[in-house]
Amino acid sequence: MAVATETMRDRFYRVTSELLDTDERVAVVLADIGVAQLRELGAFDRHPERAINVGIRESLMVSVSAGMALAGMRPIAHSYAPFLVERPFEQLKLDFSHQGLGGVLASVGASYDWASGGRTHHAPGDVAAVATLPGWTILVPGHPDEAESGLRGAIDDGRRAYLRLAEQTNSGPVAGATEGIVEVRRGSASAPMVLAVGPMLDRVLEAASDDDVAVLYTARPRPFDAASFRALVRGTEVVLVEPYLEGTSSAQVVAATADRPTRVLAIGVPHGEHRHYGTYEEHDRAFGLDASGIRERVRAFVSTTAVA
Amino acid sequence: MTALDRYENLAGLMSLMTGDEKHSFAATSTLDVLWVLYDRVLRVTPEAVDLPERDRFLLSKGHGPMAYYAVLAAKGFVAPSVLETFGQYDSPLGMHPDRNLVPGVEIASGSLGHGLPLGVGLAMGLRARRLGEPRVFCLVGDAESDEGSNQEAIVLAGRESLEAVTAIVVDNQSSSRGWPGGLAARFEVEGWSAVTVDGRDHEEIESALTLEHAGRPHAVVARVEPK
Repeated sequence: MAVATETMRDRFYRVTSELLDTDERVAVVLADIGVAQLRELGAFDRHPERAINVGIRESLMVSVSAGMALAGMRPIAHSYAPFLVERPFEQLKLDFSHQGLGGVLASVGASYDWASGGRTHHAPGDVAAVATLPGWTILVPGHPDEAESGLRGAIDDGRRAYLRLAEQTNSGPVAGATEGIVEVRRGSASAPMVLAVGPMLDRVLEAASDDDVAVLYTARPRPFDAASFRALVRGTEVVLVEPYLEGTSSAQVVAATADRPTRVLAIGVPHGEHRHYGTYEEHDRAFGLDASGIRERVRAFVSTTAVA
Repeated sequence: MTALDRYENLAGLMSLMTGDEKHSFAATSTLDVLWVLYDRVLRVTPEAVDLPERDRFLLSKGHGPMAYYAVLAAKGFVAPSVLETFGQYDSPLGMHPDRNLVPGVEIASGSLGHGLPLGVGLAMGLRARRLGEPRVFCLVGDAESDEGSNQEAIVLAGRESLEAVTAIVVDNQSSSRGWPGGLAARFEVEGWSAVTVDGRDHEEIESALTLEHAGRPHAVVARVEPK
């Protein structure tokens, strides 16, 4: 079925093209990447002044997007995560945050979607980097429907949003996940609680299937939904499973539970200069980010409590 | 027009910030270009700082903004008494300007190489919104032109035939590695109209800034005494 094979990236191009048609404030600014896809959808023919390819100039792509926001537009900039976020980082800081402007930065590539592309195309630190800047909503969808609702929501209210599109998806969307933290699976009163972000949900549910483990989910790690998190947390063990740099949201979890005894385990992509190619499945396995790796680490974390 | 609205008053206004009557205000590289822009060229007034159709002036070279603030005060955008708070904790007037603190300031600047790329995007956004004919003037320095982001913007503005954009390069020969052949050539090769003028001569500056440049962005290199 065609719909089932539509990736977040496919959906992004289709929805962006639709937004250009229906909202004259919307502009898309590219640096070669994504041009072929939007050209195929006719976006450049229909909207030559709002669909812009600046060439391989990512700093300019971000600044031009911000400049269009200065004119009252709702820009969308798009590229591979390292070139959208890390290379032009000061443009995010100054041209969007410091100027006080809104816009959407939509990345592809995630932590290592193109695993064989190597470190130059991997960006496990992108969310942590953007999270240092004020006023960004960070969306990490786990399904194309969540990517679409996140994109449309950000365009509608004109906020600054970083939308992190990934190859890996969950089997279905979760209602409310782009607005905050939601409960997906309830455990006993003392059950450890896992907060899964974006594409980590399905494997977390698989990892938890035989155990008394509660599962929360969000596709919006920033702003961190501390209110819902506090309302939903019950036990003393919290496990954070994020598809990017491990510990990216640890400080948020700790702050949200500062008034109660809580132990936190952060699972994510380990810090390091990983020199490996292959597939993203192989990277997940190597980092313990597949279902069995997550199950083992959660069980070990919980059993440490029992011994103590 | 305010009672302060004369070039001769800029020295006194700047001394409110520097506290130094002997400060050689005329040595400020951007002073004459800024004055001519606000006095003779820009279609913007203190009452129209939010008007969508206004001309935009982007001070990309946000370092050393005293001349800018003095001109804004002379033209009524900033109360002269505010100049005395320059650089203080609660002042809207910092060592680098912030659009969120000063009405009439179009961008926050200070880090070099951001204004021209922002200005190009702004012009493209205004074009897409069909907001009449607002123009975008952006002041950069010759040393600021070292930043590669400016070169990226020069290429795009040329390819997009952004007639609304005028870049003003105040050239005090402070670029550490220099620009062989002059800065105007860097714009011309990318399809811009470009002229080089005496950055102290108000008539020359005005005629350069208002020069016809149909279908092309325009660059005015304003040469002043070397730093």
